[in-house]
Amino acid sequence: MKWMKNAKTYTPPDFAVIRDDERCIRCKACVEQCSFDATFYDEDLDKVWNWEAKCVGCDRCAAICPVEAITIKKRETPYRYNYSWYGHIDGLKKRAAFGGTPVVSMGNDKPYPVYWDHMLLNASQVTNPSIDPLREPMELKTFLGRKPDFVEFKKDGSLKTKLTPQIELNIPIMFSAMSYGALSYNVIESLGKAAQEVGTFYNSGEGGLNKDHYKFKGNVIVQVASGRFGVHKPYLDVGSAIEIKIGQGAKPGIGGHLPGEKVSQTISETRMMPEGSDAISPAPHHDVYSIEDLRQLIYALKEATEYTKPIIVKIAAVHNVAAIASGVVRAGADIISIDGFKGGTGASPQIVRDNIGIPIELALAVVDERLRQEGIRQQVSIIAGGGIRCSTDVVKAIALGADAVYIGTAALLAIGCTMCQQCHTGKCAWGISTQDPHLSKRVNPDIASEKLINLLNVWALEIKEVMGAMGINSIESLKGNRLNLRAVGLSEKDMEILGILPAGE
Amino acid sequence: MELSKDISGCGIAGFINTDGTLTSGIDIADSINLMKERGNGLGAGFAAYGIYPDFKEYYALHIMYDNEQSRKNTEAYLDRKLHIEQHGGMPTRIINKKRPIFFVYFVEPREQSTKAESEEFQSREADEFIVKLTMHINEKIDGAYVVSSGKNMGVFKGVGYPEEIANLFRIDEYKAYMWTAHNRFPTNTPGWWGGAHPFSLLDWSVVHNGEISSYGANKRYLEMYRYKCTQKTDTEVIAYLLDLIIRKHKFPLEKIGDIFSAPLWSEINKMQKKDKEFHTALRMVYGSALLNGPFSILVGFKGGIFGLNDRIKLRPLVAAKKGSTVYMASEESAIRYIVKDLDEVWMPDAGKPVIAKLTEEAYKNVY
Repeated sequence: MKWMKNAKTYTPPDFAVIRDDERCIRCKACVEQCSFDATFYDEDLDKVWNWEAKCVGCDRCAAICPVEAITIKKRETPYRYNYSWYGHIDGLKKRAAFGGTPVVSMGNDKPYPVYWDHMLLNASQVTNPSIDPLREPMELKTFLGRKPDFVEFKKDGSLKTKLTPQIELNIPIMFSAMSYGALSYNVIESLGKAAQEVGTFYNSGEGGLNKDHYKFKGNVIVQVASGRFGVHKPYLDVGSAIEIKIGQGAKPGIGGHLPGEKVSQTISETRMMPEGSDAISPAPHHDVYSIEDLRQLIYALKEATEYTKPIIVKIAAVHNVAAIASGVVRAGADIISIDGFKGGTGASPQIVRDNIGIPIELALAVVDERLRQEGIRQQVSIIAGGGIRCSTDVVKAIALGADAVYIGTAALLAIGCTMCQQCHTGKCAWGISTQDPHLSKRVNPDIASEKLINLLNVWALEIKEVMGAMGINSIESLKGNRLNLRAVGLSEKDMEILGILPAGE
Repeated sequence: MELSKDISGCGIAGFINTDGTLTSGIDIADSINLMKERGNGLGAGFAAYGIYPDFKEYYALHIMYDNEQSRKNTEAYLDRKLHIEQHGGMPTRIINKKRPIFFVYFVEPREQSTKAESEEFQSREADEFIVKLTMHINEKIDGAYVVSSGKNMGVFKGVGYPEEIANLFRIDEYKAYMWTAHNRFPTNTPGWWGGAHPFSLLDWSVVHNGEISSYGANKRYLEMYRYKCTQKTDTEVIAYLLDLIIRKHKFPLEKIGDIFSAPLWSEINKMQKKDKEFHTALRMVYGSALLNGPFSILVGFKGGIFGLNDRIKLRPLVAAKKGSTVYMASEESAIRYIVKDLDEVWMPDAGKPVIAKLTEEAYKNVY
């Protein structure tokens, strides 16, 4: 019997599934919906049971149950509480039982400080009127790309300076790199539709671009990662910008990992690799072992696309991020994307996700400040990502110095994700991070894209409200405007790094 | 980490005789005094152009000292760095109030400081030299502030109502072809002599009514180009932005409104291709120099003046003309009080600069 317990590999379940048998009408919807085999129906007893060890707490069954007979609850750990060992016991047992390192997904779930929540925004009173965005113009338009320090004109007043290619965003929020492979076809479709409607960009991630999605040309950023999956001329041509992925916030220092379970036939075609085999992209690019090599790759891509597209270099927020960013700018990147350690992933070893990298707030602050000190901030745009949860995080990021932000996890949450952290299994019951056709049709691109459009539009309005309160009517005037931030509950050193004053000063 | 700024409401006034006629400071003092309500006695000041015809080749440094020691330190520094043609205490009337001491120095950089081939390059180098010197004194020498540093112009400012400052500096005794004035109503920082307007660097002087909400962004943008904002007032950034964009980047002055009060995207989208390209490029490149928040400013420069509002006109500004003189002020009454029967009076559009310059002939006479 598949629900038979195996004591050799036993760890206590994380969740309890509480059923109200009086309410249950035996419709078996939950059985059908559970992709983790945690729910089954016993014909002899005419009863629905749960195998709690397999429950991941995704809440799909409870959401689908027509009679609200199911409640999922977090189970208390049965072990005697021990502060220093708590949280390590199961991991230790799993390693011993299975002989491998646990793989996890989504972002770091440890209680590290969230600096966004220690920064407060300013508002105008009296001397500068606050502005109502519903009555007055309020501008969010943003251009990403290298800018010259100044412009020159011809005698007739027209521009002599030729600007390098830029990408134009109606709102300073883009969907971050999430590959076709990690996500289902329908989710990519939804992201593309929303980006197109709102006038922003989604990022292909490292998995190439399905031919069907070439239609999103004009609203897609294509990524070139160390595995080079699905990278070819037509692919580069579809992108409005090309992103070289050096690192990812959730897993700095290692490459991508798409488990073979998710490499379906269409994924294999798109990625140009065998079906069913693990798609492992190496930790470094095998042609980038130094900054000089990165420069060559940047220019190889510029040459290949005839200098028509800005090149983004994405790096993870690590200890020495400011110096790295400076080198990246000097190597020729037009845009630099910094990914904080709370960013999500479709699969990462737990040790890496939970212990490597630094918060995006600090990384962003030091990068912006360093580039300004070196007088090269104008030459590059900065995208901040990895842990942007709400519109005020966006405002705070821009005030710290970002030009725009990437959101990944937030977008997935908007279309149904419940952060059960099972993306790497390919069994996503919400149809998001799966290639199982039966599961992935649970995302309807029309409905999901509508939700994404709503999310972006609401965030845009919220950003406008907050800007209006500050008396600012254009996003440029917020960029790097750290005077509009005040710290609460931070150390002097934290504030020095963030370049902000304490509240009250 | 110096991130504080001062915010204020205020009154401003200014005029230029485009034919180069010199007028005493009596009119401008009357004009700004009429708007006494717009200030609270915590700051006032005047900028005057064409006042030092005998020393027009030299940079006129107006320096404010907190005490004798700061004067000695500064003069030792100036001696090392510059040729001082003439110097002395600025003429003042006695007032019953504690105040800093003011000195004026007519200087030029020594030759070896500006070794260069062409004359144009030399003068550019000299300007740059004076800017750096000013930044150094303001930032590094305790108790010393360079109030103005242009040629054949000067700034007189301090804590008090405009009439008190006019009286202190005896501005009725100066003759200038152009005057600007400021009456201050600061809302948080207590009055500080250096914090009064006008703010000046080289030939630029700025009087400003309003609050620059983009100050934090403008300041950090300027710092990238080695400007140091030391005077704790948002107005300072306007003077530095002008210096950077007009003097260094050689951007045409007539179009500075397109940067400071850039047109809205909704307006740009309706423009013809050439204008659209122009404005899009400016907003991309000079986004950090956009002045956001309510303001009206009068900017004096070598041979002219311009007035500008923020792009949604949240502060008052009136312009008027009589003969060859152009007036601008926060209130029409301030203009009508000093000149009867104006030829023309108008409200400048939001974000559209009003520029008035000396005629070519007058320019030659003055400079």
